[in-house]
Amino acid sequence: MSSALPPVSQRAPGSAAVVTERSRAPSPALTADARATSPTARVRLKTDHLSAAFGDAKAVRDVSIAFRDREVTAIIGPSGCGKSTLLRCLNRMHETVPTAHVEGSVTLDDQDVYARGVNPIEVRRHVGMVFQRPTPFPTMSIRDNVAAGLQILGRAKPSSKETDEIVEDALRRSALWDEVRDRLRDSAVALSGGQQQRLCIARALATRPAVLLLDEPTASLDPLSTQKVEELVYELRRDMTVVIVTHNMQQAARVSDRTAFMLSGELVELADTNSLFTTPGDPRTEAYITGRFG
Amino acid sequence: MTGSDVTRVARPSGVQRAAAERTRRTIRRRRGVNVVMIGVTYAAALVATLPLVFILAHLIAKGASSIDLNFFTQMPKPIGEVGGGMLNGIIGTLILIAIATGFGLPIGIGAGLYLAENRGTTLATAVRFLSDVLNGLPSIVMGIFAWQFLVRPMGHFSALAGGIALGAMMIPLVTRATEEMIRTVPTSLREAALALGYPRWRTSLVVVLRTALPGIITAALVAVARIAGETAPLLFTALGNAFWSISLNAPIAALPLQIFTYAISPYDSQHALAWAGALVLIGIVFVISLAARFATRSRFGRGGD
Repeated sequence: MSSALPPVSQRAPGSAAVVTERSRAPSPALTADARATSPTARVRLKTDHLSAAFGDAKAVRDVSIAFRDREVTAIIGPSGCGKSTLLRCLNRMHETVPTAHVEGSVTLDDQDVYARGVNPIEVRRHVGMVFQRPTPFPTMSIRDNVAAGLQILGRAKPSSKETDEIVEDALRRSALWDEVRDRLRDSAVALSGGQQQRLCIARALATRPAVLLLDEPTASLDPLSTQKVEELVYELRRDMTVVIVTHNMQQAARVSDRTAFMLSGELVELADTNSLFTTPGDPRTEAYITGRFG
Repeated sequence: MTGSDVTRVARPSGVQRAAAERTRRTIRRRRGVNVVMIGVTYAAALVATLPLVFILAHLIAKGASSIDLNFFTQMPKPIGEVGGGMLNGIIGTLILIAIATGFGLPIGIGAGLYLAENRGTTLATAVRFLSDVLNGLPSIVMGIFAWQFLVRPMGHFSALAGGIALGAMMIPLVTRATEEMIRTVPTSLREAALALGYPRWRTSLVVVLRTALPGIITAALVAVARIAGETAPLLFTALGNAFWSISLNAPIAALPLQIFTYAISPYDSQHALAWAGALVLIGIVFVISLAARFATRSRFGRGGD
Protein backbone atom coordinates (compact mmCIF):
# COMPACT_ATOMS: atom_id res chain seq x y z
CA MET A 1 0.00 0.00 0.00
CA SER A 2 2.82 2.35 0.77
CA SER A 3 3.59 2.53 -2.92
CA ALA A 4 0.37 4.41 -3.48
CA LEU A 5 1.57 7.70 -2.08
CA PRO A 6 4.74 9.21 -0.65
CA PRO A 7 4.71 9.81 3.11
CA VAL A 8 2.61 12.75 4.22
CA SER A 9 5.52 14.79 5.48
CA GLN A 10 7.28 14.76 2.14
CA ARG A 11 4.37 16.08 0.16
CA ALA A 12 4.04 19.77 -0.49
CA PRO A 13 1.06 21.47 1.13
CA GLY A 14 -1.88 21.49 -1.27
CA SER A 15 -2.76 24.55 -3.27
CA ALA A 16 -4.60 27.16 -1.29
CA ALA A 17 -5.72 28.54 -4.65
CA VAL A 18 -8.34 25.83 -4.77
CA VAL A 19 -10.10 27.38 -1.82
CA THR A 20 -10.03 30.98 -2.91
CA GLU A 21 -11.31 29.88 -6.27
CA ARG A 22 -14.01 27.91 -4.58
CA SER A 23 -15.43 30.96 -2.88
CA ARG A 24 -15.85 32.66 -6.23
CA ALA A 25 -17.19 29.60 -7.98
CA PRO A 26 -20.95 29.35 -8.45
CA SER A 27 -22.67 26.71 -6.40
CA PRO A 28 -22.14 23.38 -8.10
CA ALA A 29 -24.84 23.19 -10.70
CA LEU A 30 -25.25 20.92 -13.64
CA THR A 31 -23.03 22.98 -15.88
CA ALA A 32 -21.79 20.85 -18.70
CA ASP A 33 -18.27 22.27 -18.91
CA ALA A 34 -17.65 21.94 -15.20
CA ARG A 35 -18.41 18.25 -15.17
CA ALA A 36 -16.80 17.36 -18.43
CA THR A 37 -14.53 14.49 -17.56
CA SER A 38 -12.01 12.76 -19.65
CA PRO A 39 -13.41 9.49 -20.96
CA THR A 40 -10.03 7.95 -20.35
CA ALA A 41 -10.02 8.87 -16.65
CA ARG A 42 -7.88 6.46 -14.71
CA VAL A 43 -9.56 3.90 -12.52
CA ARG A 44 -8.20 4.32 -9.01
CA LEU A 45 -10.37 1.99 -7.00
CA LYS A 46 -12.49 -0.91 -8.12
CA THR A 47 -14.34 -3.88 -6.75
CA ASP A 48 -14.53 -7.26 -8.42
CA HIS A 49 -17.43 -9.61 -7.64
CA LEU A 50 -17.60 -8.15 -4.16
CA SER A 51 -20.08 -9.63 -1.72
CA ALA A 52 -20.46 -8.64 1.91
CA ALA A 53 -22.61 -10.04 4.67
CA PHE A 54 -23.49 -9.72 8.32
CA GLY A 55 -23.67 -13.31 9.47
CA ASP A 56 -26.15 -14.94 7.09
CA ALA A 57 -27.65 -11.68 5.90
CA LYS A 58 -26.10 -10.66 2.60
CA ALA A 59 -25.86 -6.90 2.27
CA VAL A 60 -23.83 -6.61 -0.93
CA ARG A 61 -24.17 -9.15 -3.76
CA ASP A 62 -21.56 -9.62 -6.42
CA VAL A 63 -20.84 -5.96 -7.09
CA SER A 64 -18.19 -5.00 -9.63
CA ILE A 65 -17.73 -1.28 -9.87
CA ALA A 66 -14.86 1.05 -10.78
CA PHE A 67 -14.25 4.47 -9.30
CA ARG A 68 -12.23 6.83 -11.46
CA ASP A 69 -9.60 9.25 -10.30
CA ARG A 70 -10.61 12.91 -10.06
CA GLU A 71 -14.27 12.07 -10.16
CA VAL A 72 -17.10 12.02 -7.68
CA THR A 73 -19.07 8.82 -7.85
CA ALA A 74 -22.41 8.85 -6.04
CA ILE A 75 -24.07 5.67 -4.83
CA ILE A 76 -27.81 5.98 -4.49
CA GLY A 77 -30.53 3.53 -3.58
CA PRO A 78 -33.27 2.94 -1.03
CA SER A 79 -32.50 2.33 2.65
CA GLY A 80 -30.96 -1.06 3.27
CA CYS A 81 -29.82 -1.55 -0.32
CA GLY A 82 -26.25 -2.12 0.83
CA LYS A 83 -24.75 1.15 -0.33
CA SER A 84 -23.17 1.97 3.04
CA THR A 85 -21.90 -1.58 3.40
CA LEU A 86 -20.34 -1.39 -0.05
CA LEU A 87 -18.64 1.84 0.98
CA ARG A 88 -17.38 0.28 4.20
CA CYS A 89 -15.88 -2.62 2.25
CA LEU A 90 -13.71 -0.19 0.31
CA ASN A 91 -11.60 0.77 3.35
CA ARG A 92 -12.06 -2.52 5.18
CA MET A 93 -14.27 -0.96 7.83
CA HIS A 94 -16.96 -3.57 7.21
CA GLU A 95 -14.89 -6.22 8.95
CA THR A 96 -14.81 -4.23 12.22
CA VAL A 97 -18.38 -5.37 12.83
CA PRO A 98 -18.58 -8.80 14.49
CA THR A 99 -19.89 -11.59 12.20
CA ALA A 100 -19.18 -9.49 9.12
CA HIS A 101 -17.41 -11.06 6.19
CA VAL A 102 -16.39 -10.18 2.66
CA GLU A 103 -15.84 -12.10 -0.58
CA GLY A 104 -14.39 -10.90 -3.83
CA SER A 105 -11.78 -8.22 -4.16
CA VAL A 106 -11.24 -4.49 -3.85
CA THR A 107 -8.33 -3.05 -5.79
CA LEU A 108 -6.68 0.27 -4.99
CA ASP A 109 -4.02 1.37 -7.47
CA ASP A 110 -3.62 -2.20 -8.74
CA GLN A 111 -3.26 -3.69 -5.30
CA ASP A 112 -5.87 -5.97 -3.78
CA VAL A 113 -6.63 -4.49 -0.37
CA TYR A 114 -8.04 -7.82 0.80
CA ALA A 115 -4.92 -9.74 -0.24
CA ARG A 116 -3.16 -11.78 2.40
CA GLY A 117 -0.63 -9.70 4.29
CA VAL A 118 -2.29 -6.35 3.61
CA ASN A 119 -2.81 -4.48 6.85
CA PRO A 120 -6.31 -2.94 7.01
CA ILE A 121 -4.83 -0.05 9.01
CA GLU A 122 -2.58 0.77 6.09
CA VAL A 123 -5.57 0.64 3.71
CA ARG A 124 -7.54 3.06 5.87
CA ARG A 125 -4.71 5.57 5.85
CA HIS A 126 -5.03 5.79 2.08
CA VAL A 127 -8.80 5.64 1.94
CA GLY A 128 -10.31 8.33 4.16
CA MET A 129 -13.87 8.16 5.44
CA VAL A 130 -16.46 10.62 6.69
CA PHE A 131 -19.57 9.41 8.45
CA GLN A 132 -23.22 10.31 8.60
CA ARG A 133 -22.90 12.15 11.89
CA PRO A 134 -19.97 14.42 12.67
CA THR A 135 -17.51 12.57 14.89
CA PRO A 136 -15.01 15.06 16.29
CA PHE A 137 -12.94 13.61 19.11
CA PRO A 138 -14.33 15.42 22.17
CA THR A 139 -11.08 15.34 24.14
CA MET A 140 -9.07 17.02 21.40
CA SER A 141 -8.79 20.61 20.23
CA ILE A 142 -9.71 21.62 16.69
CA ARG A 143 -6.06 21.43 15.66
CA ASP A 144 -5.50 18.06 17.33
CA ASN A 145 -8.61 16.67 15.69
CA VAL A 146 -7.33 17.54 12.24
CA ALA A 147 -3.89 16.22 13.15
CA ALA A 148 -5.27 13.02 14.70
CA GLY A 149 -4.50 10.91 11.66
CA LEU A 150 -0.92 12.19 11.58
CA GLN A 151 -0.17 11.22 15.17
CA ILE A 152 -0.12 7.53 14.34
CA LEU A 153 2.32 7.63 11.46
CA GLY A 154 5.18 6.43 13.65
CA ARG A 155 8.50 7.43 12.19
CA ALA A 156 6.87 9.34 9.33
CA LYS A 157 5.06 11.54 11.83
CA PRO A 158 5.53 15.17 10.85
CA SER A 159 7.09 17.68 13.22
CA SER A 160 4.93 20.07 15.17
CA LYS A 161 5.60 22.86 12.66
CA GLU A 162 4.89 20.63 9.69
CA THR A 163 1.73 19.47 11.44
CA ASP A 164 0.58 23.06 11.80
CA GLU A 165 1.05 23.55 8.07
CA ILE A 166 -0.79 20.35 7.21
CA VAL A 167 -3.61 21.30 9.57
CA GLU A 168 -3.94 24.72 7.98
CA ASP A 169 -3.90 23.21 4.53
CA ALA A 170 -6.53 20.62 5.41
CA LEU A 171 -8.73 23.24 7.05
CA ARG A 172 -8.41 25.48 4.00
CA ARG A 173 -9.32 22.62 1.72
CA SER A 174 -12.38 21.89 3.81
CA ALA A 175 -13.30 25.61 3.75
CA LEU A 176 -13.19 25.84 7.53
CA TRP A 177 -9.94 27.75 8.03
CA ASP A 178 -11.42 31.24 8.11
CA GLU A 179 -13.98 30.20 10.71
CA VAL A 180 -11.58 28.49 13.12
CA ARG A 181 -8.16 30.07 12.52
CA ASP A 182 -8.38 32.03 15.78
CA ARG A 183 -9.50 29.15 17.94
CA LEU A 184 -7.48 26.15 16.86
CA ARG A 185 -6.79 25.30 20.51
CA ASP A 186 -10.49 25.31 21.44
CA SER A 187 -12.66 22.27 21.80
CA ALA A 188 -13.93 20.78 18.57
CA VAL A 189 -17.26 20.01 20.21
CA ALA A 190 -18.04 23.72 20.51
CA LEU A 191 -18.33 23.97 16.71
CA SER A 192 -21.71 23.80 14.98
CA GLY A 193 -22.83 20.54 13.37
CA GLY A 194 -21.91 21.71 9.89
CA GLN A 195 -18.51 22.95 11.05
CA GLN A 196 -17.92 19.65 12.86
CA GLN A 197 -18.63 17.74 9.67
CA ARG A 198 -16.23 19.92 7.68
CA LEU A 199 -13.71 19.37 10.49
CA CYS A 200 -14.12 15.64 10.01
CA ILE A 201 -13.51 16.09 6.29
CA ALA A 202 -10.39 18.12 7.10
CA ARG A 203 -9.30 15.34 9.46
CA ALA A 204 -9.72 12.81 6.67
CA LEU A 205 -7.85 15.05 4.22
CA ALA A 206 -4.89 15.71 6.51
CA THR A 207 -3.34 12.32 5.83
CA ARG A 208 -3.64 12.99 2.07
CA PRO A 209 -5.67 9.91 1.20
CA ALA A 210 -5.99 8.82 -2.41
CA VAL A 211 -9.69 8.18 -1.98
CA LEU A 212 -12.32 9.85 0.20
CA LEU A 213 -15.45 7.93 1.15
CA LEU A 214 -18.44 9.91 2.37
CA ASP A 215 -21.30 8.02 3.98
CA GLU A 216 -24.33 10.31 3.79
CA PRO A 217 -22.21 13.22 5.02
CA THR A 218 -25.08 15.72 5.08
CA ALA A 219 -27.79 13.53 6.57
CA SER A 220 -27.65 15.32 9.92
CA LEU A 221 -26.96 18.83 8.60
CA ASP A 222 -29.17 21.84 7.90
CA PRO A 223 -29.59 23.03 4.27
CA LEU A 224 -26.92 25.74 4.51
CA SER A 225 -24.29 23.41 5.97
CA THR A 226 -25.33 20.81 3.41
CA GLN A 227 -24.64 23.26 0.63
CA LYS A 228 -21.19 24.01 2.02
CA VAL A 229 -20.31 20.34 2.26
CA GLU A 230 -21.60 19.74 -1.26
CA GLU A 231 -19.48 22.57 -2.64
CA LEU A 232 -16.55 21.09 -0.81
CA VAL A 233 -17.11 17.61 -2.22
CA TYR A 234 -17.37 19.13 -5.65
CA GLU A 235 -13.98 20.78 -5.19
CA LEU A 236 -12.26 17.73 -3.76
CA ARG A 237 -12.59 15.85 -7.04
CA ARG A 238 -9.86 18.06 -8.45
CA ASP A 239 -7.19 15.93 -6.88
CA MET A 240 -8.72 12.76 -5.54
CA THR A 241 -11.22 9.99 -5.98
CA VAL A 242 -14.46 10.67 -4.11
CA VAL A 243 -17.23 8.18 -3.42
CA ILE A 244 -20.36 9.53 -1.80
CA VAL A 245 -23.29 7.51 -0.53
CA THR A 246 -26.51 9.46 -0.39
CA HIS A 247 -30.21 8.78 -0.44
CA ASN A 248 -30.79 12.29 -1.67
CA MET A 249 -30.99 12.06 -5.46
CA GLN A 250 -30.77 15.81 -5.91
CA GLN A 251 -27.52 15.73 -4.00
CA ALA A 252 -26.18 12.97 -6.21
CA ALA A 253 -27.15 15.02 -9.25
CA ARG A 254 -25.49 18.13 -7.85
CA VAL A 255 -22.14 16.75 -6.77
CA SER A 256 -21.32 13.66 -8.77
CA ASP A 257 -19.82 12.90 -12.15
CA ARG A 258 -21.10 9.37 -12.22
CA THR A 259 -23.88 7.73 -10.26
CA ALA A 260 -24.40 4.13 -9.27
CA PHE A 261 -27.84 2.81 -8.39
CA MET A 262 -28.06 -0.09 -5.96
CA LEU A 263 -31.03 -2.24 -5.05
CA SER A 264 -31.19 -5.20 -2.65
CA GLY A 265 -27.42 -5.39 -2.47
CA GLU A 266 -26.94 -5.47 -6.23
CA LEU A 267 -25.48 -2.84 -8.47
CA VAL A 268 -28.25 -2.10 -10.93
CA GLU A 269 -26.61 0.58 -13.01
CA LEU A 270 -23.58 2.82 -13.16
CA ALA A 271 -23.63 5.72 -15.59
CA ASP A 272 -22.76 9.36 -16.06
CA THR A 273 -24.88 11.28 -13.60
CA ASN A 274 -26.54 13.26 -16.37
CA SER A 275 -27.58 10.25 -18.37
CA LEU A 276 -28.59 8.18 -15.34
CA PHE A 277 -31.05 10.80 -14.22
CA THR A 278 -32.32 11.69 -17.69
CA THR A 279 -32.19 8.41 -19.56
CA PRO A 280 -31.80 5.56 -17.09
CA GLY A 281 -30.87 2.31 -18.72
CA ASP A 282 -32.69 0.00 -16.35
CA PRO A 283 -36.44 0.10 -15.63
CA ARG A 284 -35.71 -0.32 -11.88
CA THR A 285 -33.52 2.78 -11.92
CA GLU A 286 -36.22 4.68 -13.71
CA ALA A 287 -38.82 3.52 -11.19
CA TYR A 288 -36.62 4.67 -8.31
CA ILE A 289 -35.62 8.07 -9.64
CA THR A 290 -39.17 8.87 -10.68
CA GLY A 291 -40.26 8.13 -7.13
CA ARG A 292 -42.27 4.98 -7.68
CA PHE A 293 -40.57 3.35 -4.68
CA GLY A 294 -37.84 3.91 -2.10
CA MET B 1 -62.03 46.75 18.26
CA THR B 2 -64.58 49.01 19.92
CA GLY B 3 -65.89 48.71 23.44
CA SER B 4 -69.29 47.49 22.34
CA ASP B 5 -67.63 44.67 20.39
CA VAL B 6 -65.85 43.53 23.48
CA THR B 7 -69.00 43.41 25.58
CA ARG B 8 -70.84 41.56 22.86
CA VAL B 9 -68.10 39.00 22.46
CA ALA B 10 -67.26 38.73 26.14
CA ARG B 11 -70.82 38.09 27.39
CA PRO B 12 -70.70 34.34 28.06
CA SER B 13 -73.60 31.94 28.26
CA GLY B 14 -74.27 29.89 31.39
CA VAL B 15 -72.66 26.80 29.83
CA GLN B 16 -69.56 28.74 28.93
CA ARG B 17 -69.36 30.17 32.44
CA ALA B 18 -69.53 26.70 33.94
CA ALA B 19 -66.80 25.45 31.56
CA ALA B 20 -64.59 28.40 32.41
CA GLU B 21 -65.10 27.74 36.11
CA ARG B 22 -64.10 24.09 35.59
CA THR B 23 -60.97 25.14 33.74
CA ARG B 24 -60.08 27.57 36.52
CA ARG B 25 -60.53 24.86 39.10
CA THR B 26 -58.40 22.42 37.11
CA ILE B 27 -55.62 24.96 36.78
CA ARG B 28 -55.81 25.78 40.48
CA ARG B 29 -55.58 22.10 41.34
CA ARG B 30 -52.62 21.56 39.02
CA ARG B 31 -50.84 24.54 40.50
CA GLY B 32 -51.43 23.10 43.95
CA VAL B 33 -50.11 19.67 42.97
CA ASN B 34 -47.12 21.31 41.30
CA VAL B 35 -46.21 23.24 44.45
CA VAL B 36 -46.59 20.15 46.63
CA MET B 37 -44.47 17.96 44.33
CA ILE B 38 -41.72 20.56 44.07
CA GLY B 39 -41.80 20.80 47.86
CA VAL B 40 -41.47 17.01 48.16
CA THR B 41 -38.46 16.85 45.81
CA TYR B 42 -36.82 19.74 47.67
CA ALA B 43 -37.34 17.93 50.93
CA ALA B 44 -35.93 14.70 49.47
CA ALA B 45 -32.86 16.55 48.19
CA LEU B 46 -32.42 18.11 51.61
CA VAL B 47 -32.79 14.80 53.46
CA ALA B 48 -30.28 13.21 51.06
CA THR B 49 -27.57 15.66 52.11
CA LEU B 50 -28.63 15.76 55.74
CA PRO B 51 -26.61 12.73 56.97
CA LEU B 52 -23.37 14.15 55.61
CA VAL B 53 -24.08 17.58 57.06
CA PHE B 54 -25.02 16.04 60.37
CA ILE B 55 -21.95 13.81 60.50
CA LEU B 56 -19.64 16.66 59.52
CA ALA B 57 -21.18 19.01 62.08
CA HIS B 58 -20.88 16.38 64.80
CA LEU B 59 -17.28 15.55 63.88
CA ILE B 60 -16.32 19.19 63.83
CA ALA B 61 -18.02 19.80 67.18
CA LYS B 62 -16.34 16.81 68.82
CA GLY B 63 -13.02 16.66 67.01
CA ALA B 64 -12.07 20.09 65.75
CA SER B 65 -10.85 21.19 69.16
CA SER B 66 -8.27 18.35 69.18
CA ILE B 67 -6.92 19.23 65.75
CA ASP B 68 -3.90 21.45 65.86
CA LEU B 69 -0.51 21.37 64.25
CA ASN B 70 0.61 18.72 66.75
CA PHE B 71 -2.06 16.36 65.51
CA PHE B 72 -0.37 16.27 62.11
CA THR B 73 3.25 16.43 63.24
CA GLN B 74 3.45 14.31 66.38
CA MET B 75 3.30 10.64 67.15
CA PRO B 76 0.67 9.27 69.54
CA LYS B 77 1.61 9.72 73.21
CA PRO B 78 1.61 6.70 75.53
CA ILE B 79 -1.58 6.14 77.48
CA GLY B 80 -1.88 8.57 80.36
CA GLU B 81 -0.04 11.38 78.67
CA VAL B 82 -2.15 14.14 77.20
CA GLY B 83 -1.60 15.45 73.70
CA GLY B 84 0.18 13.82 70.83
CA GLY B 85 -0.95 13.40 67.25
CA MET B 86 -1.62 10.81 64.61
CA LEU B 87 1.25 11.47 62.23
CA ASN B 88 1.88 7.76 61.74
CA GLY B 89 -1.80 7.03 61.13
CA ILE B 90 -2.16 9.80 58.57
CA ILE B 91 0.96 8.79 56.66
CA GLY B 92 0.03 5.13 56.99
CA THR B 93 -3.40 5.70 55.52
CA LEU B 94 -1.92 7.67 52.64
CA ILE B 95 0.56 4.86 51.95
CA LEU B 96 -2.19 2.24 52.10
CA ILE B 97 -4.36 4.28 49.72
CA ALA B 98 -1.41 4.62 47.36
CA ILE B 99 -0.71 0.86 47.35
CA ALA B 100 -4.41 0.04 46.93
CA THR B 101 -4.83 2.51 44.07
CA GLY B 102 -1.64 1.38 42.38
CA PHE B 103 -2.83 -2.20 42.57
CA GLY B 104 -6.58 -1.87 42.05
CA LEU B 105 -6.90 0.97 39.55
CA PRO B 106 -4.89 -0.41 36.60
CA ILE B 107 -6.41 -3.87 36.99
CA GLY B 108 -9.90 -2.42 37.33
CA ILE B 109 -9.58 -0.12 34.33
CA GLY B 110 -8.00 -2.87 32.24
CA ALA B 111 -10.74 -5.33 33.15
CA GLY B 112 -13.42 -2.71 32.48
CA LEU B 113 -11.89 -1.97 29.08
CA TYR B 114 -11.91 -5.68 28.30
CA LEU B 115 -15.55 -6.06 29.36
CA ALA B 116 -16.63 -3.08 27.27
CA GLU B 117 -14.71 -4.11 24.16
CA ASN B 118 -15.62 -7.80 24.30
CA ARG B 119 -19.17 -7.46 25.52
CA GLY B 120 -20.73 -10.74 24.47
CA THR B 121 -17.96 -13.28 25.04
CA THR B 122 -18.33 -16.03 27.61
CA LEU B 123 -15.28 -14.81 29.49
CA ALA B 124 -16.70 -11.28 29.68
CA THR B 125 -20.01 -12.54 31.04
CA ALA B 126 -18.19 -14.63 33.63
CA VAL B 127 -15.88 -11.79 34.64
CA ARG B 128 -18.81 -9.39 34.92
CA PHE B 129 -20.71 -11.80 37.17
CA LEU B 130 -17.72 -12.60 39.37
CA SER B 131 -16.92 -8.93 39.62
CA ASP B 132 -20.40 -8.26 40.97
CA VAL B 133 -19.99 -11.07 43.48
CA LEU B 134 -16.62 -9.69 44.54
CA ASN B 135 -18.24 -6.29 44.97
CA GLY B 136 -20.70 -7.76 47.42
CA LEU B 137 -18.03 -9.60 49.39
CA PRO B 138 -17.94 -8.45 53.03
CA SER B 139 -14.74 -6.56 53.68
CA ILE B 140 -13.88 -8.74 56.67
CA VAL B 141 -13.79 -11.73 54.32
CA MET B 142 -11.37 -9.85 52.12
CA GLY B 143 -9.22 -9.26 55.20
CA ILE B 144 -9.21 -12.93 56.14
CA PHE B 145 -8.44 -13.87 52.57
CA ALA B 146 -5.49 -11.47 52.43
CA TRP B 147 -4.26 -12.82 55.74
CA GLN B 148 -4.40 -16.40 54.42
CA PHE B 149 -2.64 -15.70 51.15
CA LEU B 150 -0.34 -12.79 51.94
CA VAL B 151 0.29 -12.48 55.64
CA ARG B 152 0.79 -16.18 56.35
CA PRO B 153 3.19 -16.88 53.48
CA MET B 154 5.12 -13.70 54.35
CA GLY B 155 5.16 -14.67 57.98
CA HIS B 156 4.19 -11.25 59.32
CA PHE B 157 1.68 -8.43 59.01
CA SER B 158 2.58 -5.73 56.53
CA ALA B 159 1.50 -2.54 54.83
CA LEU B 160 1.74 -4.34 51.53
CA ALA B 161 -0.81 -6.95 52.55
CA GLY B 162 -3.16 -4.24 53.79
CA GLY B 163 -2.81 -2.21 50.62
CA ILE B 164 -3.44 -5.21 48.42
CA ALA B 165 -6.51 -6.21 50.46
CA LEU B 166 -7.88 -2.68 49.97
CA GLY B 167 -6.88 -2.70 46.30
CA ALA B 168 -8.76 -5.95 45.75
CA MET B 169 -11.83 -4.22 47.11
CA MET B 170 -11.37 -1.42 44.58
CA ILE B 171 -11.13 -3.71 41.57
CA PRO B 172 -14.81 -4.60 41.11
CA LEU B 173 -15.93 -1.03 41.72
CA VAL B 174 -13.52 0.36 39.14
CA THR B 175 -14.14 -2.48 36.68
CA ARG B 176 -17.88 -2.05 36.46
CA ALA B 177 -17.72 1.75 36.47
CA THR B 178 -15.10 1.73 33.70
CA GLU B 179 -17.23 -0.61 31.63
CA GLU B 180 -20.29 1.60 32.05
CA MET B 181 -18.37 4.75 31.19
CA ILE B 182 -16.77 3.22 28.10
CA ARG B 183 -20.17 2.06 26.91
CA THR B 184 -21.33 5.65 26.85
CA VAL B 185 -18.66 6.45 24.26
CA PRO B 186 -20.50 6.26 20.93
CA THR B 187 -19.50 3.57 18.44
CA SER B 188 -19.27 6.28 15.80
CA LEU B 189 -16.28 7.77 17.61
CA ARG B 190 -14.53 4.41 17.66
CA GLU B 191 -15.25 3.93 13.96
CA ALA B 192 -13.98 7.41 13.17
CA ALA B 193 -10.65 6.55 14.76
CA LEU B 194 -10.44 3.18 13.02
CA ALA B 195 -11.25 4.82 9.69
CA LEU B 196 -8.33 7.21 10.24
CA GLY B 197 -6.05 4.23 10.39
CA TYR B 198 -5.82 3.92 14.16
CA PRO B 199 -4.97 0.40 15.31
CA ARG B 200 -7.57 -1.08 17.61
CA TRP B 201 -5.48 -0.79 20.78
CA ARG B 202 -4.75 2.83 20.04
CA THR B 203 -8.40 3.54 19.37
CA SER B 204 -9.28 2.06 22.74
CA LEU B 205 -6.57 3.95 24.55
CA VAL B 206 -6.41 7.34 22.85
CA VAL B 207 -10.01 7.85 21.81
CA VAL B 208 -12.30 5.63 23.85
CA LEU B 209 -10.54 5.63 27.20
CA ARG B 210 -9.68 9.31 27.03
CA THR B 211 -13.25 10.24 26.22
CA ALA B 212 -14.52 8.15 29.12
CA LEU B 213 -11.77 9.30 31.49
CA PRO B 214 -13.63 11.93 33.55
CA GLY B 215 -16.30 9.36 34.42
CA ILE B 216 -13.71 6.72 35.23
CA ILE B 217 -11.84 9.16 37.49
CA THR B 218 -15.04 9.94 39.35
CA ALA B 219 -15.66 6.24 39.84
CA ALA B 220 -12.08 5.69 40.98
CA LEU B 221 -12.52 8.47 43.54
CA VAL B 222 -15.66 6.88 44.89
CA ALA B 223 -13.69 3.64 45.20
CA VAL B 224 -10.78 5.39 46.96
CA ALA B 225 -13.19 7.10 49.32
CA ARG B 226 -14.76 3.77 50.14
CA ILE B 227 -11.54 1.93 50.89
CA ALA B 228 -9.88 4.84 52.70
CA GLY B 229 -12.14 4.28 55.68
CA GLU B 230 -12.18 0.49 55.60
CA THR B 231 -11.10 -1.03 58.88
CA ALA B 232 -11.97 -4.69 58.65
CA PRO B 233 -9.55 -5.71 55.86
CA LEU B 234 -6.71 -4.02 57.75
CA LEU B 235 -7.28 -5.84 61.03
CA PHE B 236 -5.48 -8.97 59.84
CA THR B 237 -3.15 -7.38 57.33
CA ALA B 238 -1.72 -3.94 58.12
CA LEU B 239 -2.50 -4.57 61.78
CA GLY B 240 -1.75 -1.04 62.92
CA ASN B 241 1.38 0.27 64.54
CA ALA B 242 1.80 2.52 67.54
CA PHE B 243 5.23 3.56 66.30
CA TRP B 244 6.67 5.25 63.28
CA SER B 245 7.00 2.97 60.29
CA ILE B 246 6.74 3.57 56.60
CA SER B 247 8.15 0.20 55.61
CA LEU B 248 5.88 -1.68 53.24
CA ASN B 249 7.14 -4.90 54.75
CA ALA B 250 6.12 -4.14 58.33
CA PRO B 251 2.86 -3.47 60.14
CA ILE B 252 1.72 0.08 59.49
CA ALA B 253 -0.58 2.46 61.30
CA ALA B 254 -3.80 3.54 59.65
CA LEU B 255 -6.35 6.17 60.65
CA PRO B 256 -9.35 3.82 60.72
CA LEU B 257 -7.48 1.35 62.92
CA GLN B 258 -6.32 4.10 65.23
CA ILE B 259 -9.81 5.58 65.44
CA PHE B 260 -11.06 2.14 66.36
CA THR B 261 -8.40 1.66 69.03
CA TYR B 262 -8.97 5.10 70.56
CA ALA B 263 -12.75 4.88 70.39
CA ILE B 264 -12.86 1.71 72.50
CA SER B 265 -10.34 3.02 75.01
CA PRO B 266 -11.66 4.33 78.35
CA TYR B 267 -9.88 7.71 78.17
CA ASP B 268 -11.68 10.91 77.20
CA SER B 269 -8.53 12.39 75.71
CA GLN B 270 -8.29 9.42 73.33
CA HIS B 271 -11.99 9.70 72.49
CA ALA B 272 -11.36 13.28 71.42
CA LEU B 273 -8.42 12.11 69.27
CA ALA B 274 -10.67 9.48 67.66
CA TRP B 275 -13.14 12.18 66.68
CA ALA B 276 -10.32 14.28 65.32
CA GLY B 277 -8.97 11.29 63.39
CA ALA B 278 -12.38 10.72 61.80
CA LEU B 279 -12.52 14.35 60.74
CA VAL B 280 -9.04 14.14 59.23
CA LEU B 281 -9.99 10.92 57.40
CA ILE B 282 -12.92 12.68 55.77
CA GLY B 283 -10.64 15.60 55.01
CA ILE B 284 -8.14 13.31 53.24
CA VAL B 285 -10.87 11.82 51.04
CA PHE B 286 -12.13 15.29 50.28
CA VAL B 287 -8.69 16.59 49.29
CA ILE B 288 -7.99 13.55 47.09
CA SER B 289 -11.30 14.11 45.31
CA LEU B 290 -10.59 17.78 44.75
CA ALA B 291 -7.07 17.14 43.53
CA ALA B 292 -8.12 14.47 41.05
CA ARG B 293 -10.97 16.59 39.73
CA PHE B 294 -8.60 19.47 39.27
CA ALA B 295 -6.08 17.25 37.49
CA THR B 296 -8.65 15.82 35.06
CA ARG B 297 -10.77 18.91 34.49
CA SER B 298 -11.62 19.46 30.88
CA ARG B 299 -9.01 21.39 28.98
CA PHE B 300 -11.77 23.30 27.33
CA GLY B 301 -13.83 24.37 30.33
CA ARG B 302 -17.57 23.91 30.17
CA GLY B 303 -17.81 23.97 26.40
CA GLY B 304 -15.65 20.92 26.02
CA ASP B 305 -17.66 18.47 28.07
